[in-house]
Amino acid sequence: MNETMTMAPAASAGRRPAPGASPNEAVTLAEHIVEVISDSGEGAQRCGQSLGVIAAKMGNGIWTTEIIPAEIQPPARSVAGASGIRIRMGSGKVTNGGDETDLVVAFNEQALLGRVHAGELKAGCTILLESMWRGHRDPKIVASYVETVELLHKGGFRVYEVPLEDACSKLVADSRRGKNMFVLGILCSIYSLDLDLARDQIAVTFGKKDAKVITVSQGLLDAGHAWAETNLDFKYRIPVVPVTEPLIVVNGNTALGLGVLASGMDICAMYPITPATSTSHYLSECFERIGGLVHQAEDEIAACAFAVGASYAGKCAVTITSGPGYSLKQEVIGLAIMAEIPLVVINVQRGGPSTGQPTKAEQSDLLASCFGSHGDAPKVVMAVSGIEDCFYAVITARKIAEIFNTVVVLLSDANLATAQQPFPRPQFTEDWLAPPVDQTPVPAGALPYDWDSITGIARRFVPGQPGGMHTLTGLAHDRASHVAYDPTTNEEGLRNRSLKLAALQKTLKTPSVFGDPEGDLLIVGWGSTRGAIEEAVARARVDGLKVSSLHLTFLQPMASGIREILHRFKRVMTIEMNWSDRSEDELIDEDNRRYSALALMLRSRFLVDIDCWSEARGQPIKPATICRVIREKLSS
Amino acid sequence: MTMPVTQCLLKLHEDHHNLEDYQGGVPRWCSGCGDNAILAAVQRLCRDEDLSPERTVFVSGIGCSSRFPHYMKTYGFHGIHGRAFPVAEGIKMARPDLTVFVNTGDGDCCSIGAGHWIHAIRYNMNMTVMLHDNHVYGLTKKQASPTSPIGFKSNTTPRGSYLNALNPLTVTLGVQNVSFVAQAVDWVPEVLYDIISAAYHHRGFSFVRIIQRCPEFLPKMFESWLADPQKTLLLTHANGLTLTPELSRTYKNQLAHDPSNIDRAREIASGEDPIPVGILYRNPEVPCYEDVRHAGQMRTPEHIRVGLEAELDRFTVWPKNAEPAQRAV
Ligand SMILES: Cc1ncc(C[n+]2csc(CCOP(=O)(O)OP(=O)(O)O)c2C)c(N)n1
Ligand code: SF4
Repeated sequence: MNETMTMAPAASAGRRPAPGASPNEAVTLAEHIVEVISDSGEGAQRCGQSLGVIAAKMGNGIWTTEIIPAEIQPPARSVAGASGIRIRMGSGKVTNGGDETDLVVAFNEQALLGRVHAGELKAGCTILLESMWRGHRDPKIVASYVETVELLHKGGFRVYEVPLEDACSKLVADSRRGKNMFVLGILCSIYSLDLDLARDQIAVTFGKKDAKVITVSQGLLDAGHAWAETNLDFKYRIPVVPVTEPLIVVNGNTALGLGVLASGMDICAMYPITPATSTSHYLSECFERIGGLVHQAEDEIAACAFAVGASYAGKCAVTITSGPGYSLKQEVIGLAIMAEIPLVVINVQRGGPSTGQPTKAEQSDLLASCFGSHGDAPKVVMAVSGIEDCFYAVITARKIAEIFNTVVVLLSDANLATAQQPFPRPQFTEDWLAPPVDQTPVPAGALPYDWDSITGIARRFVPGQPGGMHTLTGLAHDRASHVAYDPTTNEEGLRNRSLKLAALQKTLKTPSVFGDPEGDLLIVGWGSTRGAIEEAVARARVDGLKVSSLHLTFLQPMASGIREILHRFKRVMTIEMNWSDRSEDELIDEDNRRYSALALMLRSRFLVDIDCWSEARGQPIKPATICRVIREKLSS
Repeated sequence: MTMPVTQCLLKLHEDHHNLEDYQGGVPRWCSGCGDNAILAAVQRLCRDEDLSPERTVFVSGIGCSSRFPHYMKTYGFHGIHGRAFPVAEGIKMARPDLTVFVNTGDGDCCSIGAGHWIHAIRYNMNMTVMLHDNHVYGLTKKQASPTSPIGFKSNTTPRGSYLNALNPLTVTLGVQNVSFVAQAVDWVPEVLYDIISAAYHHRGFSFVRIIQRCPEFLPKMFESWLADPQKTLLLTHANGLTLTPELSRTYKNQLAHDPSNIDRAREIASGEDPIPVGILYRNPEVPCYEDVRHAGQMRTPEHIRVGLEAELDRFTVWPKNAEPAQRAV
């Protein structure tokens, strides 16, 4: 799998581009990880996204991850300002961002240092560095540049200094904004990508702008390509599997938005919050064109209440948020559960608690989602584990919400929010859509909460239905929706709202085990870690370790059959992106150790001694890290 | 389908509603509670306007006053404390064909729900809002509310409340997009009815503050107003209230006020003694958010499919040479 490791690390550190040097045959690689790093606003992300699409078009698997600066307005040329994108390209399907970076293009040495300090670059990583700073009029900048290049050489990196500014200023007035396309050309050359495809991609990317922008960008692309062909002494090729079906290339948040469109929901109510907002941006752009609507409410409480009002009077609505906003919605979520109003709540998780780490990924809202809102408030909790999943899960969530008249919380996270991975273009079917709002007369004597004795489900009466008039209430109520405080009625309501989860649970398929059905160790995960966990398990299995993994989409309720799976392994451990106490800390013992969220839930439900390993570093867990954890666990 | 005239007439007769068609559960408010008068006025209005019970929704928050929907025989949404406005907005946006009323208390609207109140004024969605302002928290048993007069002794302010009362009228009149503001008192039922009716007929966010007696916790609060009609200032105008001769005889303290004059409305609204009663402001020109957002469009599955396919096209990577010819880049 990791053929890149065989790439020779800097034999002669500090090479300058050799004019006229023609690369030998392209080295064939199974996969490579590339980063484009710059100050924000220099178009690194557009460059990387285009590279990803071009590679995908050729038939490579890709996973792109945005690199977001730690600060909102970082000063130019700063370590904290590293902004950009990482593209993992492979010859097969790529399911996660992978380990460290193999090749990086950096627009300045400070932003690059940000990545070096973060430990994101592989030992011996190839660096293409903008060389304009060497000739800068500010001697401090020159010194910093020279010193950094020196340091990088010493660190064993393979540094190529590239005159990006110089080359681009010959073609465009504002070279700062043109460099990214020049770099795209360089990368197309390095990875032997089809230049015609790249030109087409530029036409699509800048489709909204005038033809001149497209021509200029294509000129820069060609120039970058030509420069690399004559000046670089290496070239790679990642074998492709030709694309035979149309693929969709979007990030997770756009996929969620497309899922909202495809689910037939009419209304999305939201309040801006990172990292969920880009879904709403996307929907705001297109939803209205097909008769839907995004309402930006005055806060998350209002957004959730607005969605509940809309659901109550019409089709199921959706509200989208992240951590702090999710906390604010809790009381209204409880109302929707109590009054049995369908509602989809999407929570694109970020680091918490409080304002936490807005742009960073974490899986720390699981317990708040399952058990949040006061009182016994049973709701469905699902988690998406890939980009394609983001699309289909919304459709499923809407259906469940409407069939069971309850709240479905859909968890994504900051990792999936901006990651791109191609998936087969969905084939629309009408049964994705919500049925039209029921306006038929309610039969005489029918009650608004006529709970089915087995499933707990009751038919919902919608305003406009003759004969269905009743006052819905968040107070305890009987079948007629009359406020009732007597113990029997109270328990009847609790019982039926709870039964609905069991009724759903009976329809869930047992999740399949990745790897052998039994063995020494089972890793259990949920959400965005799926790709990394399965890749790590696959690597460990190649080394002969008897490890398998299980990934849960439904966290509440959990499907049948999981108990049996857990019992077929000698040890079970969850891997999660959240906090769990470290056993090595002096005060921590079995009586006080706080387990990570899923481990806690599995332990309590299945009475199995499940361990956990978790990390809350704000970024996706790397497959190599998981491999190490697996080995440690198996040798402990 | 055609229907013979006689049957049409029969149907009309059948469809015509009586007071009982709007009377839900038996009210559980204290006797003498001003909420009873508001309920009576609203039920009368529904009958007079012949509102279809199944197409009418009463939305409330939590409080004594928010029990209101339970006593109607329409659809009702008795939600959570402070959030009646956003719920009502969601209902109206999903179903602009429904008639929406909101009943809210001074704690519900002016304290916990104050943020939503301000924004509800801005949205100016077509709904009739009744603020049952009893100057106290009734349901939770006598705590100070934002509209309690300074010095008011309550369970949380045993030595008297500390702050000046908030004036819901001036606040509402201060918000951009305000389109209808009126004040009524529960103890003059004819005027209460007329004002709620005017509010109902205004297309937009019609805000009626109703001074509501709470004999349980503020038994003497409005005694002097009841005893002395001079302490009530009736606002009259050809486009506002027109008073019956009997009322005019009792309430001699009258002021001609043109409800299109917002500056004057703000001035009058700041007066607390005498209490201004009538229509302070009305502007039928303010756009309603549901109209601006084109709410209530019918969407066929075909409509959604075409829209989705167009969106998917934007993100599709086609196999070589398989790109559909008709696709516009
Ligand atoms: C979130 C929340 N906080 C507090 C309460 C308790 N509570 C219920 S009604 C109410 C105040 C009611 O006062 P008001 O809105 O003036 O209505 P009234 O009872 O006077 O008609 C309070 C504080 C609640 N139900 N929910
Ligand atoms: S406590 Fe006051 S507001 Fe509540 S019902 Fe009694 S009189 Fe009315």
